[in-house]
Amino acid sequence: MPDTSHQNPLRDPNDRRLTRVAAPSALVLFGVTGDLAKKKLLPAMYDLANRSLLPPAFSLVGFGRRDWDDAQFAEYVKENVTQHARTPYNEDLWNQFASGLRFVHGEFDDDDAYDRLAQTLDELDRDRGTRGNHAFYLSIPPKAFEVVCQQLADHDLADSEDCTGWRRVVIEKPFGHDLESARELNAIVERVFRADSVFRIDHYLGKETVQNILALRFANQMFEPLWNARYVDHVQITMAEEIGIGSRAGYYDGVGAARDVIQNHLLQLLALTAMEEPASFSAHHLRREKAKVLESVVLPEDLGEHSALGQYTSGLQGGEFVKGFHEESDIPADSRTETFAALRVDINNRRWAGVPFYLRAGKRLGRRVTEIAVAFKKSPNLLFRDTDHGEFGQNAIVIRIQPDEGVTIRFGSKVPGTQSEIRDVTMDFGYGHAFTESSPEAYERLIFDVLLGEPPLFPDHSEVEQSWKILDPFEQYWAEHRIVPEPYEPGSWGPAAAHELMARDGRVWRRP
Amino acid sequence: MIVDMENTTAARIEKKLNQLRDENGVVTLGRVLTLVILARAGHSEMAVEAANYASHEHPCRIIVHVAHSATDETRLDAQLRMGGDAGASEVILLHGYGDLAEPTETLVSALLLPDAPIVAWWPHDFPENPSGSSIGRIAHRRITDSARADDPFASLAQLSRQYTPGDTDLAWTRVTNWRVQLAAVLDQVGPVAVREIVLEGAAVAPSMLLLGVWLSSKLDAPATIVGDESRRALDRVALVTDDGVVELDRPGRTVAVLTQPGQPEQQIAMPVRDLNACLAEELRRLDADEVYGEVITNGLASARITTRSADGTEVTTSLDEALSAAGDRAQDSPAVPDEEPGAMRRAQPGCVVGSGAGEDGA
Repeated sequence: MPDTSHQNPLRDPNDRRLTRVAAPSALVLFGVTGDLAKKKLLPAMYDLANRSLLPPAFSLVGFGRRDWDDAQFAEYVKENVTQHARTPYNEDLWNQFASGLRFVHGEFDDDDAYDRLAQTLDELDRDRGTRGNHAFYLSIPPKAFEVVCQQLADHDLADSEDCTGWRRVVIEKPFGHDLESARELNAIVERVFRADSVFRIDHYLGKETVQNILALRFANQMFEPLWNARYVDHVQITMAEEIGIGSRAGYYDGVGAARDVIQNHLLQLLALTAMEEPASFSAHHLRREKAKVLESVVLPEDLGEHSALGQYTSGLQGGEFVKGFHEESDIPADSRTETFAALRVDINNRRWAGVPFYLRAGKRLGRRVTEIAVAFKKSPNLLFRDTDHGEFGQNAIVIRIQPDEGVTIRFGSKVPGTQSEIRDVTMDFGYGHAFTESSPEAYERLIFDVLLGEPPLFPDHSEVEQSWKILDPFEQYWAEHRIVPEPYEPGSWGPAAAHELMARDGRVWRRP
Repeated sequence: MIVDMENTTAARIEKKLNQLRDENGVVTLGRVLTLVILARAGHSEMAVEAANYASHEHPCRIIVHVAHSATDETRLDAQLRMGGDAGASEVILLHGYGDLAEPTETLVSALLLPDAPIVAWWPHDFPENPSGSSIGRIAHRRITDSARADDPFASLAQLSRQYTPGDTDLAWTRVTNWRVQLAAVLDQVGPVAVREIVLEGAAVAPSMLLLGVWLSSKLDAPATIVGDESRRALDRVALVTDDGVVELDRPGRTVAVLTQPGQPEQQIAMPVRDLNACLAEELRRLDADEVYGEVITNGLASARITTRSADGTEVTTSLDEALSAAGDRAQDSPAVPDEEPGAMRRAQPGCVVGSGAGEDGA
């Protein structure tokens, strides 16, 4: 997209209502029949249209194995839009949206199909004015990336010197399963797309959430002075799901909670919590600070003592009988894949030396919650020594990511009455509008940013690599020592080993 | 939950609010602002609905003052809405009679959130000088709606004279999408000299005038506003450039078509926004809208704007003329039935506001 904004007389930095609109473009979606496409991506595109945020001439090309024509594809999209979109259905709007729908039928390795795709895109450029701007959204398993990327390059659909307009590619996590595979994957993608045209999407972490964390930390004066080893005792980052693996056995077995969630999501949250203030919101500055803090992460000497793995068993969870991990369909009886992982890392810099960061993630835990809890050191209390238990006085700031995005602050307050007893109380702030994994706005924002070409908050490849460098030693240790995940009851907060991990350091997990 | 209180005072209302919170655990989320709506009797519900909608994005306390007859006996009735009946907010409706028909700071001060910004919104008519009025003086932002006022153009002229940073008008908010798309078009087209601007719509409405002034001053070109009663609201903007005409046309309520030299037509999804969405946009920023300030003051005074009717019979060349001509026509023409359900402005004669006022038509 030519950057003409500085010459555009209608643009004015003071005019804050004047949001940017992406250039006319077409989006090619691989994996249209997947769950994500059905429930999130297709509805999000319609919702964007309803909010006037789609670029002019926006066209969507589905690519898949189904033997569909354009009309059948449109019918399929309509069905999912009416079911899952959050904005009301509008016939006129739908007709406009549908006029840009195309379907290309084919296998991922079918040369002819890519010829047809190229032809379809040419037609869109010519008839609808998409001006050669094409984004490719690969909502497909990583093993198919190579063949799709190669085919796109062979058919002159990817980046090239002489192409008009921009080419972008969107890939979703997981970005590999260890450092080596992440590098391979990256090499494949970056061979055909420029590094800054690759959008790695971690859909757990909406842009709004990232900005909320940055705003809390850096737009306020009262938190930042305390945000260091002098006042902070430790940090707990939790992502818990109350559901099991469901039908994702094929993906989940052999991956496990650590690779699925800790490597990307929780380490991103750690970086955002611990990093220094970036010079600006720009991609470059933000990544530099995140990379710096990820590079300062040091691992415990004894990886076994400072990590814990678990697998959920069958049992009653919240009044409902649920299957254990080994009873889920397609899970081999000897699977050592963990459904719960907890580990400790430290950050060796001036701000954080001596403050452990505990990360845990798991399925079939007590409730669905993602949060960052910053636990402060206890105050040296002379005045209030006669309290009922020793647990009071550990202040905490909890940043809730989902559900109910918000902030909780815990502090001590006197119990009404004559004795000078102290209890912990909490003060709660909720963002009125939660932008979370489950909220479709996160996907709208995501697609909007891709079309606009604004990557700031997506991780780049060096961050992905850095995260694998942190997790790989743990994974190797678990594999080498053939660590068998400990069973834990569904609805609990993980196996005993997780609690022992904290107890060794004289701490306890917070109950989220 | 809805609680009615008759013949009451602000102090008793505040006490009741606290009591409800204690007894029923109607605990609210953090509040970011107090929205004070200054409405006329019989026209407050739509404003409350819009405010409830906006409160999902901007958690707020909503105080609605409903002015009843000033000649009644002085008394204050109230209705409190909390929980499910109030969106993500709490709503306090104050029905003021007699001396209390005039909303004042002293009436509401006990109910304002401590240390939170105050936004005042006049959903239809507004006082002589919004920023000088009792509520206007304490408000950080003042939102008027000239398109819904009894005389839209006199209102616009009045807003122009009295502009104080912090004022905005919903007629301006309604053209945001047009402005966004037009700016994006010029990003696409690249540097080009615009020689003339043509805006077409149902009739000359405040939104069109503001958009015309903005375009004319930014692009340094004269603007012509063509009122054609067969159309609905604002539906076409054309920029005449040296290379040809760049045109954004929205004949219906949803889809706009962009035409530019050397390119195929491009369709843009641009559905009409309702009042709810406009108010939510308005609450997004609590600092002064400088661009609006520029448009409503210097822009309006110096713009090169011509208006004419579609058949070319009425032509004006200066803005003063345009304002008064539009005003005259508003008075002469027969009443146009109001299309928007529940539109709160009074049924009033007017090709001027016509269908555009109920929504972001313009």
